[in-house]
Amino acid sequence: MHEMSIAEGIIQVLEDQAVVQSFSRVKAVWLEIGPLAMIEQESLRFCFEAVTRNSIAEGAQLQIIELPGEAFCMQCMRTVTINKRYDACSYCGSYQLQVTQGEEMRIKELEVE
Amino acid sequence: MCTVCGCAEGEVRIEGDHHHHDDAAVHNHAHQQHNHAEAEVQAPAVNAEGDIHFGQGPARAHVPGLSQSRMVQIEQDILGKNDRYAAINRARFEAGSIFTLNLVSSPGSGKTTLLTETLHRISQKRRCAVIEGDQQTANDADRIRETGVRAIQVNTGKGCHLDAHMVGHAAEHLDELEGGLLFIENVGNLVCPAAFDLGEAHKVAILSVTEGEDKPLKYPDMFFAADLMILNKVDLLPYLDFDTEQCIAYARQVNPQIQVLQLSARSGEGMEQWIDWLEAKRGRLLQCRIDQLNQQIQQLQALL
Repeated sequence: MHEMSIAEGIIQVLEDQAVVQSFSRVKAVWLEIGPLAMIEQESLRFCFEAVTRNSIAEGAQLQIIELPGEAFCMQCMRTVTINKRYDACSYCGSYQLQVTQGEEMRIKELEVE
Repeated sequence: MCTVCGCAEGEVRIEGDHHHHDDAAVHNHAHQQHNHAEAEVQAPAVNAEGDIHFGQGPARAHVPGLSQSRMVQIEQDILGKNDRYAAINRARFEAGSIFTLNLVSSPGSGKTTLLTETLHRISQKRRCAVIEGDQQTANDADRIRETGVRAIQVNTGKGCHLDAHMVGHAAEHLDELEGGLLFIENVGNLVCPAAFDLGEAHKVAILSVTEGEDKPLKYPDMFFAADLMILNKVDLLPYLDFDTEQCIAYARQVNPQIQVLQLSARSGEGMEQWIDWLEAKRGRLLQCRIDQLNQQIQQLQALL
């Protein structure tokens, strides 16, 4: 449900950037999202479409770049791929993992005019 | 065919005010074969051989850059704004040596009862205040006020969580809380509040034993974000099939560092350990603040 807040957060960033970078319309937004970012993509797309109405990003396309999740295993000292918070190390089965990538939720670039 | 988005030249059309792909971005490719984005520019003519001519429109010339479309790299965290407000809150709480907790749980886990019982035990000797988050009603704030402690209700309306901006505004109403404790009771929701930093020292996840022991796995983000898990309503354990050890194991699977306390706000069992935890953490915060200030004093004295 917080995807609506996230979508509103995106609009705020776009409106702030519109002033800084002098553009009046956003035609496409590229997001980078990791598997641990607590974002449901379909829900975000739905909310994005709803909140962009009557904004500078009305009709803008939302492109989502999925980043892989990565963690460092404290037991076997290796970097492993994870997709969920409670994934174990794929080598040793330990849960002593330090997440190094996958929590990202950022706007990467925009197409504007 | 465009190798970037897969659109064929035959699909290029000026419709209304922009060229539109069904499943890809409206965008402007760096290569010059075609130009997707502009409203004003005519579609390039394509002859039978597939050659593309930009100069065949009314203006008889293709002017590079006629489209004002451009790419902007911004690399901004979507929650950056919330995080900035949270940083302001955190700085304010630290400056006032206010120990702030963000209490999160599903609805009905007993957060408000835990709070009222906690306040009965410590509000005589410590300054306390509560920020209550709910979608509607001031019922919880009223329950807190009955203990004699100040409470500010934040109704989120349709919102499913408190954000740092709301908490910042609520905190403006809390004067004379220096050195005290601020409890933020978040909206009952094990999902969204995990993503929103409010500026607290710790998130505390409360899980009642009437819920399933696999909640930490079902809602891992929240138990990952929390520093302490409180298992509440343990007085009901004899009547339930709740597997406490399994629950704690699941929580540590998600967050190996999470601390766990077992208590019953209603019967009072385990409340002492919870109060001790609060006092110890608050003491540590005050000590950090004292050390910081001492360091500042030394720096200033060195300037004399």
